[in-house]
Amino acid sequence: MFKTKTFVKMAVVSIMAAIFLAGCGGDKDSKGNSKDVLAQIKEHKKIVFGVKNDTRLFGLKNPSTGEVEGFDIDLSKALAEEMFGKDVKPEYVEVTSKTRVGLLNNGKVDAVVATMTITEERKKEVDFTDVYFQAGQSLLVKKGSKIQSIKDLKQGTKVLAVKGSTSAINIREKAPETTVLEYENYAEAFTALKAGKGDALTTDDAILYGMAEEDPSFELVGGTFTEEPYGIAVKKGNQELVDALNKALKSLKDSGKYDEIKNKWIKN
Amino acid sequence: MLDFSILTTNIDSFLQGLKITIISSLIALLCSFILGTLLAVMRIAPFKTLNWFGTAYVEFIRNIPVLVIVFFTYLSGNFGGMAAGTIGLTIYTAAFIAEAIRAGIMSVPNGQMEAARSTGLSYGQAMRMVILPQAIKIVIPPLGNQFINLVKNSSLLAVVAGGDLMYQGDLISAKTYVTFDTYVFVALFYLVLTIPLSLGVGFLEKRMARSN
Repeated sequence: MFKTKTFVKMAVVSIMAAIFLAGCGGDKDSKGNSKDVLAQIKEHKKIVFGVKNDTRLFGLKNPSTGEVEGFDIDLSKALAEEMFGKDVKPEYVEVTSKTRVGLLNNGKVDAVVATMTITEERKKEVDFTDVYFQAGQSLLVKKGSKIQSIKDLKQGTKVLAVKGSTSAINIREKAPETTVLEYENYAEAFTALKAGKGDALTTDDAILYGMAEEDPSFELVGGTFTEEPYGIAVKKGNQELVDALNKALKSLKDSGKYDEIKNKWIKN
Repeated sequence: MLDFSILTTNIDSFLQGLKITIISSLIALLCSFILGTLLAVMRIAPFKTLNWFGTAYVEFIRNIPVLVIVFFTYLSGNFGGMAAGTIGLTIYTAAFIAEAIRAGIMSVPNGQMEAARSTGLSYGQAMRMVILPQAIKIVIPPLGNQFINLVKNSSLLAVVAGGDLMYQGDLISAKTYVTFDTYVFVALFYLVLTIPLSLGVGFLEKRMARSN
């Protein structure tokens, strides 16, 4: 008798837990009701950018200063100044491929400048600005590797990628026979490659150049096999912020400031 | 409400993840129980070197985060994610099981060992046939806790591409952008594993109590 009671009690508790969790999920549908993001930025005098902290050349935390450095950071700083002058302070929050859409939608960040490829799928979830950087997917291998291009990815080869990135999806399409292992971030994926856990690492060439620069015993092979136009993402329905960002991006390009920032980071 | 299409369209991935989680947890459970019992016996055996080794193991391992141990096993050996994760979990959980079982052994009255030895059993025999069966009965509730923790900790396989339930959840949420609902289903799958385990431990506890 006692046993059945305990069982029923536990079953009831777990069902309640499930309903509670499901209920929480409902909140996310209330997007779009909040105040316009652009107005909020002006009111609070700060704009929060979501940037990578683990991606050399684009957004990498410098352990000695604690500052995040890279193309994405310098560009967003210049964009903020172009849009609002010195009035609005740019702030930075770390995002990963996994967290960036969620953090935009719950309002923790205003704009994501984090090596994010513009795709049709993602356009359903967020709004993108114009392309701010044109990258392409490539492969990073140990020097002297048998793998020299995407054609060499056959059954039994292991390709390392990062969870939530377009490159993981692309490689499954372009080399369906190969095994894809996905890691939390680029640092872990590169560590796994160095430890021999896979034959190649795949992501955008711009990011791979950063890794090859860090450890010259690795090289890029086979050129690029996709086009990865990077865009700045904002929460769906904030056309005014998208327009402001596009305008600022254009004037940075016209003034030559954009090239200055780009040449500082990307040498190839 | 909950988006059940996430569950139905990705059911293969979820089940594959569930399978890996179950296999990894079962292997780690069995191995850590054996290793933990050995360590517990070492810690109380009348040999200084063994005492020292057992204590050093337990103090080192239980004071390192399990995530770090899993990284070490993954990067130091030629293991895949699932094997490295399972080994890491075993090493970690064994330290806690050793402490639980040691407590159980200590709670068996001294007279039991003395009486067993006086009937002519060796120390090892007395330990195996008289002390441990009583000790394990006492420590079933804390062992049950450790095993439930083990199943939950197996979610760390996800960071070393182990292919477990959490890993599949990560990939599904990354693919669909329906993050919250995906993890609700992940949570429910874990509950499917841990609640029967909880009930099983409770049942075993009562059975054992009756035979006393």
